[in-house]
Amino acid sequence: MKTYDVIVVGAGPAGLGAAIESGKAGASVLLADENDQPGGQLFKQIHKFFGSHDHYAGTRGFQIGQQLLEEAARAHVEIRLSTRVWGIFEDGTVSACTEDESFRCRGTWLILATGATENSLVFPGNTLPGVITAGAAQTMVNLRHVRPGSRAVVVGSGNVGLIVSYQLLQAGMDVAAILEAAPQVTGYAVHAGKVRRAGVPVLCSHTVLEARGERELEEVVVAQVDGQFRLIPGTEEVIQADTLCISVGLTPRWELAALCGCKMDFCGPLGGRLPLHSETLETTCPHVLVAGDLSGIEEASTALDEGRLAGVHAAAALGLLSTAESAEREREIQSRIAALRQGAFGRKRQTSKEQIWSRYHQHQGGGL
Amino acid sequence: MRRITQHPILDIPERGRLTFFYNGQPMEAREGDTIAAALTDQGIRVFRETHKRHEPRGLFCAVGQCTDCIMVVNGRPNVRACVTRVEAGMRVETQRGLGENADENI
Repeated sequence: MKTYDVIVVGAGPAGLGAAIESGKAGASVLLADENDQPGGQLFKQIHKFFGSHDHYAGTRGFQIGQQLLEEAARAHVEIRLSTRVWGIFEDGTVSACTEDESFRCRGTWLILATGATENSLVFPGNTLPGVITAGAAQTMVNLRHVRPGSRAVVVGSGNVGLIVSYQLLQAGMDVAAILEAAPQVTGYAVHAGKVRRAGVPVLCSHTVLEARGERELEEVVVAQVDGQFRLIPGTEEVIQADTLCISVGLTPRWELAALCGCKMDFCGPLGGRLPLHSETLETTCPHVLVAGDLSGIEEASTALDEGRLAGVHAAAALGLLSTAESAEREREIQSRIAALRQGAFGRKRQTSKEQIWSRYHQHQGGGL
Repeated sequence: MRRITQHPILDIPERGRLTFFYNGQPMEAREGDTIAAALTDQGIRVFRETHKRHEPRGLFCAVGQCTDCIMVVNGRPNVRACVTRVEAGMRVETQRGLGENADENI
């Protein structure tokens, strides 16, 4: 059985960050991903990222993805694609399969960066062809270069809903409306401004009631809700659309972490169920680290730096970095992450993360 | 045709063409297309019918997670159209229920 210093599951920004940092320090690294391309969702992000120079500000997501792949190659990371990790055993054995074979390997350290799944909404007609997630619409236009339809309604005015709406316009689709159940837009003002200037109405205190169509989506019934999200009768309205994009948040993909035996926790603002973890991404399972959306839904830049932090942690534990080297590197990465968790949007995530870290330490200190 | 040929940000290179079969009929796709992309380009959005109520289903997550878009490909049922690349001569069929190879009594 092949043995690695570090096995990373998931080649999105977090997994790439982890693989790069541990590989750079000299660890033998296997980076496995079930998709046939690495990068996770980075390559469909065609907008410019915000923040400082350290956060790749002004660089588009797919360009960051390209830079990371080059970094990973320089760090001698072995990337295995179309490879699904389906089992993790107590002795560190990892079982994976491709279309043709199943194999096992062993990692001294395991870093889980399995990402997230988009949430759905329950309403009549939500299974009709044409009702898709916002991420699906983004994948279709930016990666597959095919429009999923011609006229869309988007549910949810978070950053994903706003960014995807703008990208559908860039792809040549019409966006009839963005619906938001809350009384105000929930994403960044700069993204909301862009879609509004492009003429897309953002209907706050509105939700989707029903998707209608014979065999495919033809129209969407929307209505207003009050401050308690209760339907206001008589406000129903029909919007003609062949595409309905659902953008109502993400949930960490926690299955592998739970399979490992990581103690799980629940944190609404971070996306729901997730593995309990420390500031340096340790879980309650020795030698298992987590990073990125799996450890709480944030942004790609945060995921990347969390991955880097986990990679440094593993490299230090393997004795590949001196205490001084790893401490300096960790400080540097942690200050970048702290900067990303500031401001009106970031503070909530920071507070939620602090709760998770504190519960982790309680759990560990309590000797189980 | 729903293919994007011009884009303000993305550089969209011309790709080679290939022919596959959709429910027995020849259909054109581009090299590297997923089955879902090739069918969507041709305006086809119903990929399967459910087992009990024969309801139409199609693309939902587009990243291989939800498995709502499964089709019968080269005779094999339950293939995810959103993450499977189309190949020349490939036989892609609408999946009815659990697929012909499956035990329909489940």
